[in-house]
Amino acid sequence: MSADRFRRILTGFYLVVFFGYLFLPLAVMAAATFNTSRFPTVTPWLGFTLSWFSALWADQRMWSALGTSLIVGAGVIALAVPLGLAAALLLDRLHSRSKTFLYAVMVSPLLTPGVIVGISTLVFWREWFGVTGGIFLTVVAQSSYIAAYAMLLFSARLQRFDTALEEAALDLGATHGQVFRRITLPYLTPAILSAALLAFLQSFENYNTTLFVRGLDTTLTVYIASKVRTGLTPAVNALSLILIGLTILGAVAYEILRRREARRQAGSASLAA
Amino acid sequence: MTEVLRRYGPVLTGVILLAVALWLALLVVLPQLMMVDFSFRPSLPPSRLGGPEDVYTLRNYTTLWTNQIHLAIFLKTIWASALVTAVTLAVCYPVAFYLAQVAPRRRLPLLLLMLVVPFWINELLRTFAWYIILAFNGPLNALLLGLGIIDQPQRFLGGDAGVILGMVYVYILFMVFPLYNAIESLDRNQIEAARDLGAGWLRIHWRVVLPHAKPGIAVGCIMTFMLAAGSYAVPALLGGPQSRWFTEVIYNWFFEGGNWNQGAAYAFILLVLCIGFILAALRLFRVGLADIAK
Repeated sequence: MSADRFRRILTGFYLVVFFGYLFLPLAVMAAATFNTSRFPTVTPWLGFTLSWFSALWADQRMWSALGTSLIVGAGVIALAVPLGLAAALLLDRLHSRSKTFLYAVMVSPLLTPGVIVGISTLVFWREWFGVTGGIFLTVVAQSSYIAAYAMLLFSARLQRFDTALEEAALDLGATHGQVFRRITLPYLTPAILSAALLAFLQSFENYNTTLFVRGLDTTLTVYIASKVRTGLTPAVNALSLILIGLTILGAVAYEILRRREARRQAGSASLAA
Repeated sequence: MTEVLRRYGPVLTGVILLAVALWLALLVVLPQLMMVDFSFRPSLPPSRLGGPEDVYTLRNYTTLWTNQIHLAIFLKTIWASALVTAVTLAVCYPVAFYLAQVAPRRRLPLLLLMLVVPFWINELLRTFAWYIILAFNGPLNALLLGLGIIDQPQRFLGGDAGVILGMVYVYILFMVFPLYNAIESLDRNQIEAARDLGAGWLRIHWRVVLPHAKPGIAVGCIMTFMLAAGSYAVPALLGGPQSRWFTEVIYNWFFEGGNWNQGAAYAFILLVLCIGFILAALRLFRVGLADIAK
């Protein structure tokens, strides 16, 4: 019995250390935003200030990098989400070996290091089309693997889709276009929203792939990395703090929606049973 | 295929097929093939392209064997990524087991949320957090000095140790979720039965939990190794000229050395390394690709 208790205390201790390990570095980074020290640190603590936020606000290059990131993110949503949707619709109706093969090709970009996705895109588009690095190529390179994430989201939702709905509509004389617009698409709407959110976040935070295909354009993540290496001030911490705050809000909202959706699914399943 | 046509009609089927073909051809398969083709060609000025010198060659690959510095960096990238993978696995296993089998149901949603939230935060920002911690005048040095463990501040940044520490932190969540998912599907009764039959704590893990978790371990290791070996952000921020990563060598071929063909060869070597690791992990844990897809 005492061995059991010892193990429970040890487990508790381990969990505290683990979650401390996860969050403490982020807390330190956030705290350094409010230190007057010119170099971001918490030791020594020189005094409380909010001035790094105004320094960030006045940084023109930060705003233009943010603009680039938003454009790229919008482009990735516009490209990757429809591609992922088409792929999931196709996979859902395939059986047999061709499905396994297609699936493997589709998820292969997720198992490829990001730098290689960037390099292959850069080489291919220059050699075949004479297109060099820039916003367009960044959208293309990021979409090549983000479309796979979208495909996985759509496939998961399609697995629970009752195809009898589509068949009934077709039997009653609806055209294929009508069935898609009135039944399939509305059913997939929640997945479209989560795929768009996921695509944007993935695009926004991407560094390894973007680095190779960005040309002379700078996204916000690339900008932060360059600031850390040259010209680091706590203004970078202020930016990080804001981004982390937004991410946490987004993540919590996403999780709540996902769990509510899961509960609704479970509820309707138990009603049907 | 007829099933697709029957379900979506000719117009929609056409659109779907076109989209999938465009994605896979223009964005996935052809770029990879082009990169491989490119890597077997010499780097020539435009005027001499297509000339007598423009033939397939292995020269870009032999560079890696003749350049001692690059070879050393490549080998270091392999063992350091393997080390990162092993450490994350060791750190995550107890947490994943606790969450999947021991944690009270009420507390689980909050604990999982606490794991998910850092997972969503930008990799670069999580790396940056360690930049601040490891800095010469940073809190880690202050803490160690305060505790009397060291008597002079240490240079943690710019070396391999800092890079490896940072990678463990940044990629740990890619290990914990696959492990959790795998262990979660283990029936608690199996553990109870093993215990009733007199198996000790270690034996239960070795004979019951670990074998069941194999697919999760394989996925976690594959993801972590791939991300570590292919990482650019972490070595760029936490490392220095003395602790270059293979990805940084590749980057230099492209944007400083101006030899794309050479860079493509190195990139392909990195890709082969990752594919090799995937195959090795699948064989080691005796799982198929299909188990992973679950």
